[in-house]
Amino acid sequence: MTALPDDYLKYPKRGHGMDHDRYAWSMLKDRPAVTWPNGARVALWVVTQLQWFPLDMKPAIPVPGSMARPYPDYWDYTLRDYGNRIGVFRIFKVLDKLGIKSSVAINSALAERHPYLVEAVNARHWELIANGLDMGHPHHGGMERDEEAALIKGVLESLRGLSGQKVRGWLSPVRSESMNTPDLVAAEGIEYLCDWANDDLPYAFETASGTIHNMPHTMELDDQQILIALRHTEGEYVGQLKDQFDRLYEEAATAGGRIMAINLNPWVTGQAYRIKALEEALAYMMGRDGVWSATGGEILDAFTAQA
Amino acid sequence: MLREPGLYDYSPMADRPKITWPNGARVAFWVAPNIEFYELDPPINPGRRAWPRPHPDVAGYSHRDYGNRAGFWRMMETMAKYGVRGSVSLNVAVCQHHPEIIAACNELDWELFSHGVYNTRYTYTMSEAQERAMMEDVIATIKDASGQNVDGWLSPALSNTANTIELLAEYGIKYTCDFFHDDQPQPVNTKSGRLISVPYSLEMNDTVVLYMLGKSSRHYTDILKANFDQLYEEGAENGQVMCIPLHPFLIGQPHRIGNFAEVLEYITGHDKVWVTTGREIAAHYYEHHYDNVVASLRERRGA
Repeated sequence: MTALPDDYLKYPKRGHGMDHDRYAWSMLKDRPAVTWPNGARVALWVVTQLQWFPLDMKPAIPVPGSMARPYPDYWDYTLRDYGNRIGVFRIFKVLDKLGIKSSVAINSALAERHPYLVEAVNARHWELIANGLDMGHPHHGGMERDEEAALIKGVLESLRGLSGQKVRGWLSPVRSESMNTPDLVAAEGIEYLCDWANDDLPYAFETASGTIHNMPHTMELDDQQILIALRHTEGEYVGQLKDQFDRLYEEAATAGGRIMAINLNPWVTGQAYRIKALEEALAYMMGRDGVWSATGGEILDAFTAQA
Repeated sequence: MLREPGLYDYSPMADRPKITWPNGARVAFWVAPNIEFYELDPPINPGRRAWPRPHPDVAGYSHRDYGNRAGFWRMMETMAKYGVRGSVSLNVAVCQHHPEIIAACNELDWELFSHGVYNTRYTYTMSEAQERAMMEDVIATIKDASGQNVDGWLSPALSNTANTIELLAEYGIKYTCDFFHDDQPQPVNTKSGRLISVPYSLEMNDTVVLYMLGKSSRHYTDILKANFDQLYEEGAENGQVMCIPLHPFLIGQPHRIGNFAEVLEYITGHDKVWVTTGREIAAHYYEHHYDNVVASLRERRGA
């Protein structure tokens, strides 16, 4: 290995705050207490991800869940597709039963292939979040700005056209951004990002097209992360959801409203043997007083009305 | 390259001097939060990539940033509730980026020790002069931010050079956390000065258990209690050390902090536990055991 240049010991950004300009350094404990509608303690934000993993996908960065075997990898393709055919409707049935809303993060290519999914969301008056084109097209630092701008514009035009919704939220596939992504999505009218997993509340996020917000979309409590990547049992998954909820609910008694975010991949949690685990966790939460089921946009509106 | 580190002697637990702790404690228990700053776009080190994804690695960076924004405070309040002072493995650039966190540590009389400048600046391939400059920076920064001398050292991201250990002894560092060979402090062989290892732990480390091994936090709770129970039993014969190394971005998540509180309640609820810091363990060992242990090791070597 070659020697390190002496510049390796220079630290040009070693000063108060962050080492970039996207958001200000701010500690959760110092924020003003947030109140939710009807004095709710916890806003329950369920996000269901509807994604397409194309059979010929060749993502520029690793995408968990992508085709892991030689073409044609029916194993991975069809198992992912199970979520959009079977799993999603198991999840929606549980949500409907418990009176819970979901934000639905969707790949625009999937929405175009199966407008039925968009109709299912609209029929419930739920919100769509743009989740990129498909899982073969993660945004990343190596993308040309113009190429990414065209991709984002196309995704949003497609989803807005198909759904008639404003589409205010953006979740990058596998939460991966280029340095331009926040600027480009804000330029297309996106009001909130879901990619940055560094907080429990929304916070102001700076872009070339003005200030938007980042929402506390959960990475830790993602079902794919817990059940597939970390291989926990369904019982452990339920335990983590309850533990998270209990702590947030307790904090909300003194620190102001909290957000309980849950991220669901229908090919994971929509499996027959897992759906009851999800129902158990959600029923546990909905059984408490002061829980407000809301979409990301509704939570953001309640938050910004107080800012 | 050497075939073995050559930095410590073989010493079987079954045949070594007895270590005692204050007030007849069986286990010296310390908690070592890693308070870190990971740069979004660090310079390249040929020994290790900072991030798995191309710049910007939003998922990796933001997950760690959670620790400073939210997780640290939950962890700190939980430790304070059970009377556990932290021994902070500190990326010293936190003193500049987030002095509010350092002020909270000072307020609670926590120990600050070195974990390098940033967790994205590795020691790999540093020249001796560069490594000296880094160490001098760390020592001066902690002194300036807290008034404390740097007694302990955990290399940034556990990156070392062949010079590191000798330089630590030369700079008057009292203990290293980079060795995982023992459940008691051990003398480290250096040409100048004196240095010991104090048991830190990878087995008890939240990152290792929760992410590298993928255990749930309730399982982690079981692991920590079982480890403590065994050392508490063995500590009746020969004093043991148990360290819980933490990362606020993991242990400070809402779904984990209650489980960790349960562990602290359990451990501090035992009467023969010395709830202490890395610095105090090292000081006690130097004062009461170091010379005796070194003499015993010499004897075993036949020197």
